Amino acid sequence: MAAHADSHGHGHVHAHHPAHQHHFETMEQQSEAATLGMWLFLVTEVMFFGGLLMAYLLYRVWYPHAWSEGSLELDIVLGGVNTVVLIGSSLTMALAVRAAQTDQRRATIVFLILTMALGLTFLVIKFFEYKHKFDTGHVPGPNFHFEGPDAPQVEIFLSLYFALTGLHALHMLIGFGIMSVILWMAIKNRFSHEWYTPVELAGLYWHFVDIVWIFLFPLLYLVDRSHHFA
Amino acid sequence: MLSGIPLFPVQGSTLAPEVDALYFFIVAVTSFFAVLVSVLVIYFGFKYRDDTGLKVGAPITGSIPLEIGWSLVPFFIAMGIFVWASVVFFHSVRPPDQTVEIYATGKRWMWRFQHVDGQREINQLHVPIGRPVKVTFTSEDVLHDLYIPVFRTKADAIPGRYSSIWFTPTKTGEFHLFCAEYCGTKHSGMIGSVFVMEPDEYQAWLSSGGLTGSMSARGEQLFQQLACNTCHLNDGTGRGPSLVGVFGSPVKLSTGQTITADETYVRESILTPQLKLVNGYQPLMPTFQGLINEEGLLSLIEYVKSLGESRTGGQQASTAAPAAAPATAPAK
Amino acid sequence: MITATATESPVNYLNHQSTVASWLLTKDHKRIGLMYMVSVTIAFIIGAFFAALIRAELATPQGDLLSADVYNRVFTMHGVAMVFFVLIPAVPAILGNFVLPLMLGAKDVAFPKLNLLSWYVFVLGLTFTVGAMIYGGVDTGWTFYPPYSTEGSNSNVLLAGIGVFITGFSSILTGLNFMVTIHRMRAPGLTWFRLPLFVWAVYSTALVMVLGTPVVAITVAMVAVERAFGLGFFDPRLGGDPVLFQHLFWFYSHPAVYIMILPPMGVISEVIACFSRKNVFGYSFVAFSSLAIAVFGFLVWAHHLFVAGISAYSAMVFSFLTFAVAIPSAVKTFNWTATLYRAAIWWKAPMAWVYGFMGLFLVGGLTGLFTASLGIDIHIHDTYFVVAHFHYIMVGGAIMGYFAGLHYWWPKMTGRMYHDGLAKLSALLVFVGFNMTFFPQFILGYLGMPRRYHMYPPEFQVLNLASTAGATVLGIGYLLPMLYLTYSFFKGQKAGANPWLATGLEWTTQSPPLPHNFIEQPIVTEGAYEYSKREIKVA
Repeated sequence: MAAHADSHGHGHVHAHHPAHQHHFETMEQQSEAATLGMWLFLVTEVMFFGGLLMAYLLYRVWYPHAWSEGSLELDIVLGGVNTVVLIGSSLTMALAVRAAQTDQRRATIVFLILTMALGLTFLVIKFFEYKHKFDTGHVPGPNFHFEGPDAPQVEIFLSLYFALTGLHALHMLIGFGIMSVILWMAIKNRFSHEWYTPVELAGLYWHFVDIVWIFLFPLLYLVDRSHHFA
Repeated sequence: MLSGIPLFPVQGSTLAPEVDALYFFIVAVTSFFAVLVSVLVIYFGFKYRDDTGLKVGAPITGSIPLEIGWSLVPFFIAMGIFVWASVVFFHSVRPPDQTVEIYATGKRWMWRFQHVDGQREINQLHVPIGRPVKVTFTSEDVLHDLYIPVFRTKADAIPGRYSSIWFTPTKTGEFHLFCAEYCGTKHSGMIGSVFVMEPDEYQAWLSSGGLTGSMSARGEQLFQQLACNTCHLNDGTGRGPSLVGVFGSPVKLSTGQTITADETYVRESILTPQLKLVNGYQPLMPTFQGLINEEGLLSLIEYVKSLGESRTGGQQASTAAPAAAPATAPAK
Repeated sequence: MITATATESPVNYLNHQSTVASWLLTKDHKRIGLMYMVSVTIAFIIGAFFAALIRAELATPQGDLLSADVYNRVFTMHGVAMVFFVLIPAVPAILGNFVLPLMLGAKDVAFPKLNLLSWYVFVLGLTFTVGAMIYGGVDTGWTFYPPYSTEGSNSNVLLAGIGVFITGFSSILTGLNFMVTIHRMRAPGLTWFRLPLFVWAVYSTALVMVLGTPVVAITVAMVAVERAFGLGFFDPRLGGDPVLFQHLFWFYSHPAVYIMILPPMGVISEVIACFSRKNVFGYSFVAFSSLAIAVFGFLVWAHHLFVAGISAYSAMVFSFLTFAVAIPSAVKTFNWTATLYRAAIWWKAPMAWVYGFMGLFLVGGLTGLFTASLGIDIHIHDTYFVVAHFHYIMVGGAIMGYFAGLHYWWPKMTGRMYHDGLAKLSALLVFVGFNMTFFPQFILGYLGMPRRYHMYPPEFQVLNLASTAGATVLGIGYLLPMLYLTYSFFKGQKAGANPWLATGLEWTTQSPPLPHNFIEQPIVTEGAYEYSKREIKVA
């Protein structure tokens, strides 16, 4: 059968970290479980975006000219700025994780706030991009208006643009919410080299959202803008 | 009462015995394994019974040779079935070169058939016995599926593209025709009958009834009415390419890709002309979406086919593979 | 800790707190398992009610019981309720939640709060779906094919789509939880190859839940958005492709059927081992076959599109892979059969359900060979042959496996026994009723009767009537457990820690278990089914 053992050992008393959840034997086990859980969650997110990217792939192969036309409708400068902003926010996020790991409360807070500010910048720029689309009648649906023979196919491109960037922006908003919670915890001095797992997990999530954008930017903004292929 | 209960469908085409032979083989194989496992499981259940619950079983953990054996043997049987089934499948989806061509459109909730020399039918399909028939069809709205059980064949009717089925009927009579892809309220009412007739009866049926001219004649009429002939000059000097001999041939597009001009390509060229532009031509052709209905499209397709190599009058040979199956090499 | 006296029951997870809040805010995987059981059973009753309506209508060739529109909504809601709210969660979320931490020697799953959240998400999704039913139902079929679902149907597609979308997250969170639990919370000494086969099955299932479900979520979202805003992802007039939906949908929905069957297969391994008092024959082959099914299951989706216009060469590739994915299931079946050889079979109710599974899963699995065969599938696709095939596996296989597990772990979950004879009778009724209901449908399908037909040609009536008659027997077979198990919960004979004399960590603790499962964390020193080390040997 199975022998039994006292999980705490005998004659040994140690204080539990306030964040220790008791269905785990050790903090280390808890931390590893949490990190594995977040990685698995990010895999599900890859599959989630993957469905849209499969639709994108099919229609891009079918309608290369419309993809080129559609891409030209997107503002490459704003998209480029957003890319730099998001990569920068990943840097500040990584620095925040490092700061939490090394017991630097002040630096953790500063870097978290910087990350949120950069994230907010991204969303504001996105808002203006969407607004421009709305003003020029390029929002797919009953009020869509586009000159050119392959307007329906450009509409599909723009539908995928809104679906992909919209889903991405939604994830950023959620990330923003997560950051607020982490920030509050950092202000309350909850993190130390003993336990900084929430910052680490938030960092993983944030990096993922950044990586998705790094795929979306060339796939949406940089499609044959010079009409070289179609 | 028992004699009236059908338990097996009539074999109504040349394909049916092929499909049924494979079916019986798989029935035999699966029955064998089902009986084998069931007998063993029941037998062991009796022989090794212990009502005290206290005894333990023999300390057997496994046997690699057995595992390999009962993985490989089923695998090879499965591969045998796969190969046989694929052969039958290719017979099912590859029509012969010469077929009686019939066109159809499915729409909620009816099937409209058009014969090339003008006969139209709704929910009924008259075909001759002993000759290969190919039905090329699309849907006007949602997905449908044209299914004729005695011929053992079906294919989905997909809006925006053409599918086809083919069969050589071997029995005269009236047989069921069903829609086999759920399409809404009257899905189970979207049924009809196939009438297989002796050749002379079929000829008689063809010549009777309200003929409004052959499909290709109607197509030619549309071609002129919609001014297609002003750009698509037969000698190739027009703003659009000549359509003579184009059906079934390879076409080079402006993207560099080469495709085969099948029914779907002709339809796309009429509805979304700029998407697959022929190499060397300007994007001048307007779209005719909304200006032609499905029947008109089929008539135009039949007309374009008639500009290719023509055989005996009245029936056009299909030199291209059907739209639903991959293209075979076009006629040289 | 409170010790038991002769007259009062010891503290266990059921009685230690009894407020409503202690249930609705519980983080205890065992309570969450029971809560899932309640919600899944409600969904099962709804789905079964619609099934009864279908069979009642199909007893006669005319559409005389229900109008066509109502019938279409009925079969849609039958499918939606059964697939998303019964078959997918039943074994993992009920039995898996309850038993997995116990089998691993753990106090709970890795993320107990997430576990509770997954139940609330499930209930929310079920609420939206029931809402869609109340508002008049959906009539697209559970498969939601466009263009009908995006612009042809005027039923509550959005509501039902939202319900399905939300419920998918319950599945994802459960799968994620289970994977981390199995990776990180095994007791000391519990190496991978000492794990019970149920754990291997649940792990493989979790892989599929985590990788596949997000794809159907985004696909349903695309349908909803297209319907709401008139977009053209799947609309040919706007350049879209209705077949793209089918690819995206079945990329999840085929692996989904392995979510439905893998955990019950794990149950079968557990129950056969216990009631044979013997190691499962070929343990590592059975374990790896679960993983193989999970992986291969992702490679076969387009066999649902054989007549939908894919190229002949694509069809061949997918047909080949479909044959390949059948092999691991065959391997399992042979291994279970070999386990019975020179066993010491104790004929208790769970074993009756296992035998029922074996018979029905055999037919279901073997009839997959017909549908995988391209030449045959052209004929039987979208006919009642397919309906019979998948019901044999899903109901004959998965539901029977669920009932086997329910009867096996019931004493552990409730601390009570049930009436063994009644349980065996139910298994027999289900087995007989099931065959009566669904075997005629193979014949109907080959004759050419299409699926989702509200009325049919009169010559099909006798077989349909036979099927309906069988359904009444099947219904009684399912009704009985609801009665005797409910009775058992309140008044059944008390069960000890290990009434089946089984191996497995879950049987080393009291019935019902303590809130935190074990008094001390167990240390494992041997494999999962070491019956041979017992003192009493085989005769």
